[in-house]
Amino acid sequence: MSVAEQQPKLHLVLEAGRADQRYWTDLWRYRELYFILAWRDVAVRYKQTVIGAAWAFIRPFLTMVVFTVLFGHLAKLAHDSAVPYAIVVFAGLLPWTLFSSVLSDVSNSVIANSHLISKVYFPRLIVPLATVVVALIDFAVTLVILAGLMLFYGFLPGWQILLLPIFVLLALLASLGPALWAASLIVKYRDFRFIIPFALQFGLYVSPVGFSSSVVPEQWRSLYSLNPVVGIIDGFRWSIIGGASPIYWPGFLVSLGVMAFFLWLGIRTFRRTERGFADLV
Amino acid sequence: MSQTVIRSQGLGKKFVITHRQPREGDLFVDLLMSRARSALRALAGRKSKDEPAGRYEEFWALRDIDFEIRAGELVSIIGHNGAGKTTLLKVLSRITEPTEGRVEIFGRVNSLLEVGTGFHPELTGRENIFLNGAILGMTRAEMRRKFDEIVDFAGVEKFIDTPVKRYSTGMYVRLAFSVAAHLEAEILVVDEVLAVGDAEFQSRCLNRMSEVASSGRTVLFVSHNFAAVTALTKRAIVLNSGRVTFDGPVTDALAHYTASLGKVETKRKWDRGSNSSLLAADLLDAEGRPTDRYVPGTPLRLRVELETTGLPGLSLEVVLRDRHNIPIGYYASNNFSQVLLPAEAGRYECILSLDSYQLAAGEYGIDLMISVPNIMVDHEVDNAVRFSVDTCSPNGIPFNFTQELGFGNQAMQLSAPLRFKPIAPSPEAT
Repeated sequence: MSVAEQQPKLHLVLEAGRADQRYWTDLWRYRELYFILAWRDVAVRYKQTVIGAAWAFIRPFLTMVVFTVLFGHLAKLAHDSAVPYAIVVFAGLLPWTLFSSVLSDVSNSVIANSHLISKVYFPRLIVPLATVVVALIDFAVTLVILAGLMLFYGFLPGWQILLLPIFVLLALLASLGPALWAASLIVKYRDFRFIIPFALQFGLYVSPVGFSSSVVPEQWRSLYSLNPVVGIIDGFRWSIIGGASPIYWPGFLVSLGVMAFFLWLGIRTFRRTERGFADLV
Repeated sequence: MSQTVIRSQGLGKKFVITHRQPREGDLFVDLLMSRARSALRALAGRKSKDEPAGRYEEFWALRDIDFEIRAGELVSIIGHNGAGKTTLLKVLSRITEPTEGRVEIFGRVNSLLEVGTGFHPELTGRENIFLNGAILGMTRAEMRRKFDEIVDFAGVEKFIDTPVKRYSTGMYVRLAFSVAAHLEAEILVVDEVLAVGDAEFQSRCLNRMSEVASSGRTVLFVSHNFAAVTALTKRAIVLNSGRVTFDGPVTDALAHYTASLGKVETKRKWDRGSNSSLLAADLLDAEGRPTDRYVPGTPLRLRVELETTGLPGLSLEVVLRDRHNIPIGYYASNNFSQVLLPAEAGRYECILSLDSYQLAAGEYGIDLMISVPNIMVDHEVDNAVRFSVDTCSPNGIPFNFTQELGFGNQAMQLSAPLRFKPIAPSPEAT
């Protein structure tokens, strides 16, 4: 009847530094906890706000307006393509918002859930992964704004739009790497609580959000792509706008490489430190 | 003998404590400044004065813990605060990792280190039941099956769709415990969670715990509530400064634990209450002389000297405790015999002549209190009187009934002769 009785007898050995072979199957076994934690974060997010989920619309929309005016009209960064500048900006803002909200929420997720971590066992990866869902839902809302924007300008995307899910996944992986790394370090060094928002603020201006990465001189583009967000944003723009914003492939591959490195580093650091989380939080 | 479910060998858990020097203000800026200073010193190749070698201290919360627990056993873990009980539970429930040694666990462990883990104030009672259940390791199907039972047990039907932040503390705790109480597990690890709610709810919790216990599960139970420990478990492990100092039958364990508390001295110098003070108290023998021996079957007589400012409504109360410090008897002058302290200021002496009891041989203590019933305790003296019973052999039986036997502390007496009357012939006779 109970969970306990359905499962065959487990044999578990607890030892210092012992790698848990069952970790990834455990992660699967705790999927219900994953869903319920994700649901909790979503359910709680706009509780006790007057306009509720409308905030998910208002924030990205206003940012888009500000950016269009700031970069497009004042800084004259608008290039003379057929694509409305608002869409160019929004196509960059979309992945950036996803990246930055995943990075900031996930890096804080472990300490935000310290009361759970010090009282119950579960594969700790569940906490940061559940946090991603909130960012994804906000992202879905901004996609609706994008659709509205396209309708408003009468802009029809090409076949490339079908590849958008792949770039969404890449954006998630790109942010998850550094986020997991920060989440594991933040447990011991709370300094990262201050570093992350600062880095994100900085990142907004060094990433091609308000402008196209084609403004960067050709010889510097691979170097510029060391910022993994560059590749992601380029990919998004390409898939949304199509041929008007071609992907710079060498740079894209560099971004992918950096991304893979951070993902590996993030997961490794997290797995190495998670056993000590309960002693530190 | 049943199968081993938990085996701990040489288990140890070390913590490193940082002794941080008090800084001016303890602000992040100060921290940065001192870090910057030590970084500069390090660059200059000088040893930092901020970090002398002795700043880190190792502390073993658990050391060389060996024990084995078999399927269906009910084991309590007792020890002083900081003896390592909770750390042990945390290691067993995989929350924290051992530093040395190993633990083998056969089966699934569900741990209950606190009630209401993960409760979110913004969510409703219903939502929190599912959230908390999932956190404790229940499946959705299981939760749905038990939902009504949980709500019923907590008695919060009317508020089930109200955010729990609107709940009273009592309701909140009851709901939290109900979810926990319906947790099913092969091996259940429970920290001190019974100390919640009002008395009525606590007794329901205890009943629920003994139900769980009698259903054949393996239960590990930490508590300071000796009554609960003796009622629920047969075996106890005593921890002292991170080491197992005793492992065996629960009554012996309690004796061992109490002994380790050191002999409880009768305090001779008592402080004073604000409106009244207990000054002295003695147990009296048959001749009315102070004594420290009580003879079972004779009236239990106490002489109490006290002082009062004449505040009306003061009541004299007595608590009798056995060798484990478990209360076994209570008398309150106001509630039990409508007698209050004199309403005129002054010093008084009284002889409190209680019934005769067949107390088991062993040590006893008496706490005295002066209180305004149900409102406040004005003066309280724990262990005001200590006494012992040498032998308890009611009706001259050739047998000494002692507390150590584990059958309580009173030899019960018959009020009428015991006879066996046949009601049916024996099967062989037909």
